[in-house]
Amino acid sequence: MSVQTTEYVASEIRSPASFLASRVFIYGALAFWAFICLFPIYWTITTSFKTAVDVTQGHLIPFVDFQPDWKGWRSLGLSPDSIFQTSTVREEFLKRFMNSVITSVGASSLAIVIGSLAAYGLTRYRYHFAWFKNEDISFFFLSQLILPPVVLALPFLVLYREVGLLDTRIGLILLYTLMVLPIVIWIMRDQFNSIPVELEEAALVDGLSIWGAFFRIVMPIALPGMVAAFILAMVLCWNEYFFAALLTSTDAKTIPVMVASQTGSQGINWWSMAALATAAIAPLAVIGIALERYLIMGMTAGAVK
Amino acid sequence: MAVATLGLLATIVLEILYKGSADTIGFETWRPVVYAYVLWGVAIGIGQVLTRGEDGQRALFLLPALLFTIAMVIFPTLFGFYIALTDWNLSSFSGRKFNGLDNFWQMLADPYYRNALFNMVLYVLAVAVEYVIAFGLALLLNAQIRARKFFRVVFLMPLMLSPVAVSWMIGKSLMEYRFGPAATLARHLGWENPAFFSDPIIARISIMILDAWTFIPFMMIMLLAGLQAMSREVLEAARVDGANAWQTFWQVTFPLMLPVSVTAVILRIIFKLKLADIIITVTSGGPGGATDSVSSFIYREYRDRSNVGYGTMLAMAYLVIIVVFVTWLLKFANRFVRNVN
Repeated sequence: MSVQTTEYVASEIRSPASFLASRVFIYGALAFWAFICLFPIYWTITTSFKTAVDVTQGHLIPFVDFQPDWKGWRSLGLSPDSIFQTSTVREEFLKRFMNSVITSVGASSLAIVIGSLAAYGLTRYRYHFAWFKNEDISFFFLSQLILPPVVLALPFLVLYREVGLLDTRIGLILLYTLMVLPIVIWIMRDQFNSIPVELEEAALVDGLSIWGAFFRIVMPIALPGMVAAFILAMVLCWNEYFFAALLTSTDAKTIPVMVASQTGSQGINWWSMAALATAAIAPLAVIGIALERYLIMGMTAGAVK
Repeated sequence: MAVATLGLLATIVLEILYKGSADTIGFETWRPVVYAYVLWGVAIGIGQVLTRGEDGQRALFLLPALLFTIAMVIFPTLFGFYIALTDWNLSSFSGRKFNGLDNFWQMLADPYYRNALFNMVLYVLAVAVEYVIAFGLALLLNAQIRARKFFRVVFLMPLMLSPVAVSWMIGKSLMEYRFGPAATLARHLGWENPAFFSDPIIARISIMILDAWTFIPFMMIMLLAGLQAMSREVLEAARVDGANAWQTFWQVTFPLMLPVSVTAVILRIIFKLKLADIIITVTSGGPGGATDSVSSFIYREYRDRSNVGYGTMLAMAYLVIIVVFVTWLLKFANRFVRNVN
């Protein structure tokens, strides 16, 4: 703290005017970028309360430019006056929403379980399967990150049809697990590397088995890393569109696919579109604000040595 | 020991069952093969523990992930290489037929695929601009500011939101020609005819902007972590030596940030190579395929024409190109970092 205060003083002494100018520039740039980040979100939310006229005239500010209306939310069956009535659209929406929740939570959990185990094994023990050493195995896992979804999508389409996993949530969960596994292993490897080996050695001396030491000693320490990896995986799965669009049709369709397929034959209903988009981004916006610390932890794992 | 052999025997029996069920056509679907594979994996795990004791327990950490990845990647990829050599079209009734390298020759002559590859080069080059912006933002967040946490959350927001939903709202409504605020703003700034997606070049730039909006926070966060890990003493020393802010940045901050920068840029490029959803939702490749990325092009090859064989050939070619490119990139980056330091 003391370093920072002296810095302030030093630069103020140098020239108050240039100090002020730099302050103005910094806050100006920050405000500008915050506007760029937030305006589309603001636009999405307000559009969901607009009627057709308000959309086409480009009205921006609620209550000043236009009178908010529940039209968009009513078309989803989620407005106050329609929430207690039966609505097929709402049922459809809730089904998609649950699909998204189940696939992303399921895939993230599965990836965390097998990914953490593998990462732990790779940081603690020396393996050799045939001519593969630890480094090769790590590289094998991480190299899956390069694999573009298109390469797997079509073979999986055919394979899933044969196996009967097409348009099922399990099929989607398996694919998403594959997609986030490299990232989970990357984060967890970093996490386990930061835990001193002496802890487990002590536990082993005390008579715990290898797996006992892992579950009783290492897991609790590594929990923040697991949360970070889990949330990052959740975000990726929730937003995934490509596989979902190709591999699901009626039963297992997720929210992004529903959003993308909203172009009706009689033009676009902006208000209901916006309401749907708001509902699709809201859960992650909440997670992002509440658990930002973990997200950043996950993204920066292994980046800074 | 007896139990151990039993475990191994069970594994072997299951393996035979696995092979056998693949040959018989008695099952309605091939799903039993999947179950057999899972059981086989479990049996291998048990066998490992029973025969090799502590070593086996260690192997058990790695086995689930390994078996899972091998099953999910190796097999489909090999299968993909086979499909790529057939003229399989799901909408035709003649079924698949092996047609050798026909797809390959067709691919070489396909101007749309070449265009999509060329677009990928452009899209990857756009990462340079994204990097500059992300670095700037990271520097801003690292400066002495109030409400840093607030700005960090706000700047992170775009990354969290579903690209499909967002590109719908930005690409189709915010940038809508008649009433979108972005178009209105462009008119005020003197652009007579702000059609973001009808001119090929402008459409590409629009796509780049949409994608950048989503992914700049990703690089920004990594660079910010790098800046925060940098020791204050070095910067102080530079200041004491009389360097101004500009010199400090270029001679101290930037070189020290190089390793983090390289990691961030490479990861970003890898994500960029998968770019598809924004293009599919906003332009679906248009105008006239000008904005297509390889992924979105293959996606439409399947969705519109059900051309599985040809689409897979394109995907496999893309995979080969990517693997070569990324390998080269990693080597180059390694040497680059070592030379500078």
